[in-house]
Amino acid sequence: MNFEYSDEQRLLSDTLRKFLGTGYSFDARGKIIASPAGFSDDVWAALAEMGVLSVPFDAVYGGFGGTTIDMLIVFEAFGEALVVEPYLATVGLGGRFVARGGSAEQRARILPALIQGKHKMAFAQTEVDARWDLRRVTTRATKSGDGWVLEGDKRAVLHGGSADTLVVSARTGGAPDDARGISLFLVERTAPGVAVTDYRGLDNLRVADVRLSGVRAGRDALLGPEGDGFGLIEDVVDYATTLVCGEAVGAIKYAHDATLDYLKTRRQFGVPIGSFQALQHRMVDILISYEQARSIACLACVKIDTADAAERRRVVSAAKIKIADAARHVSQEAVQLHGGMGMTEELKISHTFRRLTMIAQAFGDADHHLARFGAAS
Amino acid sequence: MDLNYSPEETAFRDEVHAWIEANLPSDLRDKVLSYGELTKDELLGWHKTLAKKGWIAPHWPREWGGTDWTVVQRYIFEEECGAAGCPPIVPFGVRMCAPVLLRFGTDAQKQRFLPRIYNGDDFWVQGYSEPGAGSDLASLKTRAVRDGDHYVVTGQKIWTTLGHYGDWIFCLVRTDPKTEKRQDGISFLLVDMKSPGITVRPIVLLDQSREVNEVFFDDVAVPAENLVHEENKGWTVAKFLLGYERMGTGNIAVCKRELARVKELAARAGLLDDPRFTDRLTRVEVELMALEITNLRFLDQLRGGRPPGAEVSLLKIKGTEIQQALTELMMQTAGPLAPIFRPVAPDAPFDAFTATLFPRYCNVRKATIYAGSNEIQRNIIAKATLGL
Ligand SMILES: Cc1cc2nc3c(=O)[nH]c(=O)nc-3n(C[C@H](O)[C@H](O)[C@H](O)COP(=O)(O)OP(=O)(O)OC[C@H]3O[C@@H](n4cnc5c(N)ncnc54)[C@H](O)[C@@H]3O)c2cc1C
Repeated sequence: MNFEYSDEQRLLSDTLRKFLGTGYSFDARGKIIASPAGFSDDVWAALAEMGVLSVPFDAVYGGFGGTTIDMLIVFEAFGEALVVEPYLATVGLGGRFVARGGSAEQRARILPALIQGKHKMAFAQTEVDARWDLRRVTTRATKSGDGWVLEGDKRAVLHGGSADTLVVSARTGGAPDDARGISLFLVERTAPGVAVTDYRGLDNLRVADVRLSGVRAGRDALLGPEGDGFGLIEDVVDYATTLVCGEAVGAIKYAHDATLDYLKTRRQFGVPIGSFQALQHRMVDILISYEQARSIACLACVKIDTADAAERRRVVSAAKIKIADAARHVSQEAVQLHGGMGMTEELKISHTFRRLTMIAQAFGDADHHLARFGAAS
Repeated sequence: MDLNYSPEETAFRDEVHAWIEANLPSDLRDKVLSYGELTKDELLGWHKTLAKKGWIAPHWPREWGGTDWTVVQRYIFEEECGAAGCPPIVPFGVRMCAPVLLRFGTDAQKQRFLPRIYNGDDFWVQGYSEPGAGSDLASLKTRAVRDGDHYVVTGQKIWTTLGHYGDWIFCLVRTDPKTEKRQDGISFLLVDMKSPGITVRPIVLLDQSREVNEVFFDDVAVPAENLVHEENKGWTVAKFLLGYERMGTGNIAVCKRELARVKELAARAGLLDDPRFTDRLTRVEVELMALEITNLRFLDQLRGGRPPGAEVSLLKIKGTEIQQALTELMMQTAGPLAPIFRPVAPDAPFDAFTATLFPRYCNVRKATIYAGSNEIQRNIIAKATLGL
């Protein structure tokens, strides 16, 4: 066993942190959030330039050929800085779909452009009453000529508004809750019949409602085998779940550091509030949550690519349970220990609170993954 | 012991219920139930409606408009108001400033302020906290220097709830900076917010709402007759008032309403079949059932008019924890959908109520911080009740 980062990994981490430290201050981020797009093209170009968009992809497409531990390094840094760019949607979801399920032609068409920062993606899956049940797909793809016509209503599509291509799940067969009969399609956001309403979420990421009416998809739009997309969806969502666990670890690290600093500097009753034992113990529990969160995220990153799907499900759900609990615990405590200041928009801690709250619910809350862990064990 | 309501109490409940039905405008109720930000006019409007009926200040002495209700009647009244979705009665005038005036004010001050507070002519706010004086309130620095027949006030207050609606603010100020004990040298002053030299600046909270403010005082002249109690004896007043402030924070009636709301939302989301969710919900419900009785037990002890003591700290801790647990459960019913968003445009095409649940969860984190943080409440119980 070896818990050390390699020299290359350390370099990746250092480069990224240096970039975020100078170019992605909390103030700079504030301007980005307030901009119409809600993220920065310049930052996106810089991430491409540094090779960050290439990390998980094969060298044939210009990728770095990295592991999921390399991705953990990226997501920890992003979590600390609260990066709002569409990285998870493009690299973690869209890119993973293409890399794992795409045809040679699809991979060659999309991945090099994606890696160069010229192609963004998003995953249009969630529907109104589906909660986190990935089988629950009512969007329909009906055969028409050589292709299909898509009809449906997708919600909460992460960065759907800026994606060039949407990966859309739709039913080509089966009943609304069947695993079988789900197919995946690559749909251009600007295609006729696609209506996208874009919002800023309270966690400052962009999300979109995507309505599909009479959207035509040709044969080359089908990603993976017809009617058999569910396994790939689960695989990709597990991967993305692992990545947000990494993001949470970074955000928790920030919350830990900021709160510790506050306990040392904020004075009441003539002393730093960190001198009160009641608060010392609370701070210690934050530290424990951080360490446990980090461990389970590492475990998930190492196990995510195992061939054993049951084992993958078990470990990813274990990670998400622990991360949801830690995110909730640390975010609530960080605000509480900051007193009134923790409640203000002005401080990064409140933004971290909101992002951690949303991560706790992303791709399934603790209850959802408790059930899934039970079923996989 | 009898935990049932008497026939008279039940009749009283029916009377209150019917009156609210007839007098609470439905659009106002809808706004309350969907967590809308109420305007000054909406808050004062409801206040005036209650005042006309004679129900705005049940706990005041009869001569000033009190109702002579028993503690159980008062509780029933609050419960009916909460259940029906009445706007909250802004506490700063009737529940905070008025008890202070009744206890410490001169006859002239009572005559001048109490009827206006009763009728809702002025909007009152609370100027206690400062940037450097939160939990440690006694370290406050805002200065008031006596100059002939007035004080000159300079300094800053922070976290002033609804300060942007304020007509009057009651403040703790330092009148003697040289005392050995910091609690000495503080005075309680009533300040007209239209006085020259006052600036109110909003603080945006983490749910993007505007409810708290910074209030700056720059050489503000305040007539000396607005001093309540003796100069440098303001700490006695402050402590008296804090007990009343905390009384109002564990709002059980509203929690009961919200609990019913969680159940509705959970049913809609299909969560009532999920034992993980229902177990958590039940634990909160049970806690609330117990707290209701604890609350009534403590109220019963206050019957003789004794000012509230350390027991209100317990009510504050539990009440706010339950409030927060309920907002969290509500947010979870929305699953992957609405908690992520808040409509940026009023016509945003998703369920506008669901979109309030995540902001609401964020907003109610304040409950364990304000009115004396829950850590401070525990310190109080440890000291005052347990003698530790
Ligand atoms: C939404 C909101 C509305 C408010 N409205 C008003 C208002 O209208 N008027 C007004 O005057 N004030 C108001 N307040 C202020 C509120 O009373 C203070 O925020 C509160 O007293 C805490 O002070 P602080 O924010 O300075 O935190 P601090 O006192 O700095 O506390 C920081 C943390 O340290 C803890 N702590 C401090 N001392 C101790 C100790 N001895 N032992 C253990 N833990 C300790 C606290 O519990 C907290 O977790 C409001 C606050 C909020 C958030």
